[in-house]
Amino acid sequence: MTRELLEISGLKTHFFTRGGVARAVDGLDLQVGRGQIVALVGESGSGKTVAGFSILGLVSAPGRITEGRILLNGQDLVGKSDAEMARIRGDRIAMIFQDPMMTLNPVLRIDDQMIETIRIHDRKVSKVEARRRALEALREVGIPAPEARLRNYPHELSGGMRQRVAIAIALLNKPDLIIADEPTTALDVTIQAQILYLIRKLCEEHGTGFIWITHDLGVAAEIANRIAVMYAGRIVEEGPTDAVLDRPHHPYTEGLIRSLPEGQPRGAALFQIPGMTPSLLNLPEGCPFRPRCHRASEACRAMPPERVSAETRFRCFHPANAAEGALHELS
Amino acid sequence: MTEYLIRRILTAAMIILAMMVIVFFGLNLIGDPVYLLVDPSANQAQIEEARRHLGLDQPIWTQFWIFVSNALHGDFGHSFVFNRPVFDVIMERLPATLELAAAAFVIALSVGLPAGLYAGLRPKSYLSRLIMGGSIFGFSLPSFWVGIVFILVFSVTLGWFPATGRGDTVSVFGIQWSFLTWDGLSHLFLPALNLSLTKMAIITRLTRAGTVEVASQDYVKFARAKGVRGPRLYIKHIGKNVMIPVVTVIGIELGHLIAYSVVTETIFAWPGIGRLIITSILSLDRPVVVAYLMMVTLLFVVINLVVDLLYVALDPRIRLGSVQD
Repeated sequence: MTRELLEISGLKTHFFTRGGVARAVDGLDLQVGRGQIVALVGESGSGKTVAGFSILGLVSAPGRITEGRILLNGQDLVGKSDAEMARIRGDRIAMIFQDPMMTLNPVLRIDDQMIETIRIHDRKVSKVEARRRALEALREVGIPAPEARLRNYPHELSGGMRQRVAIAIALLNKPDLIIADEPTTALDVTIQAQILYLIRKLCEEHGTGFIWITHDLGVAAEIANRIAVMYAGRIVEEGPTDAVLDRPHHPYTEGLIRSLPEGQPRGAALFQIPGMTPSLLNLPEGCPFRPRCHRASEACRAMPPERVSAETRFRCFHPANAAEGALHELS
Repeated sequence: MTEYLIRRILTAAMIILAMMVIVFFGLNLIGDPVYLLVDPSANQAQIEEARRHLGLDQPIWTQFWIFVSNALHGDFGHSFVFNRPVFDVIMERLPATLELAAAAFVIALSVGLPAGLYAGLRPKSYLSRLIMGGSIFGFSLPSFWVGIVFILVFSVTLGWFPATGRGDTVSVFGIQWSFLTWDGLSHLFLPALNLSLTKMAIITRLTRAGTVEVASQDYVKFARAKGVRGPRLYIKHIGKNVMIPVVTVIGIELGHLIAYSVVTETIFAWPGIGRLIITSILSLDRPVVVAYLMMVTLLFVVINLVVDLLYVALDPRIRLGSVQD
């Protein structure tokens, strides 16, 4: 098997709070190839954002990575010191945040914030050269009049513009991997479409791997090569976008897809998954989706192992859309 | 910007004029200084003579007009008590107070800002708890008591610093300064530290609160995601944002340092303006009181202006100017 860009195996990030241990990420396995966009889909509280921050080594106390490996180009990021991680952050792995109104420092000019991103990773680059690269990055993300924008402060730009600047900053050092945490959620639909198009294009051109964290299956369907559905800190189903969306095996994935507003008669109630996301402090025994699942049985009191079908892998004893013979268990 | 400055200067002139009117007529209502100045056994003729000599026989409006027109020419009149030009009396004392306040301010800032930043960045560490606990003592222990303890410990017991006076001074532009000699500096240290403690505590707590808030902002996480760490993160990305609210309070506190230095000056026998002004108020020495208050008002106006300008330097979202902008 060829080495993927990013290989996460058995990652556990736990938060040690007064109320107990919150298992935000609890045994995550995920691969991202070069130039591939993987959508990490889940509800609020499913651990998808914590997973993103874990890769960057930015989990703050009381949380920490307790187990697992995060291999970037074969190099394990878990256990690296903050100084070592700081050299990787912004250089090999970049991140784009959800709210563009909050991600740029309000008291620093755009050029300052861009140039420092280049110069903290490579002291040898001159200010003039760094500025030229910043300009090029702004042009690449389609910002009009980039020279003028460089001299602006964040509050002088619109939300869509700021998110483009944030993307430009992420691109500056040509990272291998970009983690985007719901980067289009705070934007209106037209801007969202532009940004989606932009990122797909950049991904193809530079061969950058992408983890797109979202709760929006529609966006995931539009942009991702693969979809990984996360529930209570684990990936419950993962595979190529079309396979996951057209032939979901896990009842949770199935429920998510059914709750999308598509083709219902006007005024008809939308489908909803009963119950709520379980508290991370107090996960049910066995399959965490069991209390909300219409297929649950006694067998589900044990944690389902990972199983594979022709295209996808999933964790369920009673998968939908599957001829039993086509499934095999992974040890 | 120019328009803004002109408006500020006009406002300042109005404030000073209003202050002059209030103090001038107010002091006149409190009592007649002549009875405090003449010999208790003086007869009516001698009292009238003194009154005429001080110009107090004129109607109060005339007195005020004479004072204002002289003041516009830079002449603040003669002190009733010292019988010397007010300007000279004040200039003998004011530099000592300014020096004390400035030293206290520098100490308060250079301890308070880093301590607050540290306590905000590492809120759970033992050092942070120590800083925050100490700051409670800083603003709750009475200044006069701390001053006495300082003298007892550092002057009497340890003998490290002298307890009273300004020590050797150097004359620059005709004004005596202590901080330019070693002896003067050692005299300055204890009173300045004493005066700075309250401000230090306030600045520490304010900086900590600001740091805790700013450090949790997305833009700080974004900066870390770019690979920024260490001093660049703390000073440039966090510090600059923390300073915006802190600057306002610092400005007000600097004014307080000058205006309320009297306790420290009394305990350390520091020949500053604080003590002069208390005695002048008690002896109804109107020219000294009014001239001193004019200078303090001017100082406050200047400090506020500097604070406003600092805002613009710190926060690009703020623009000074007319409402239409």
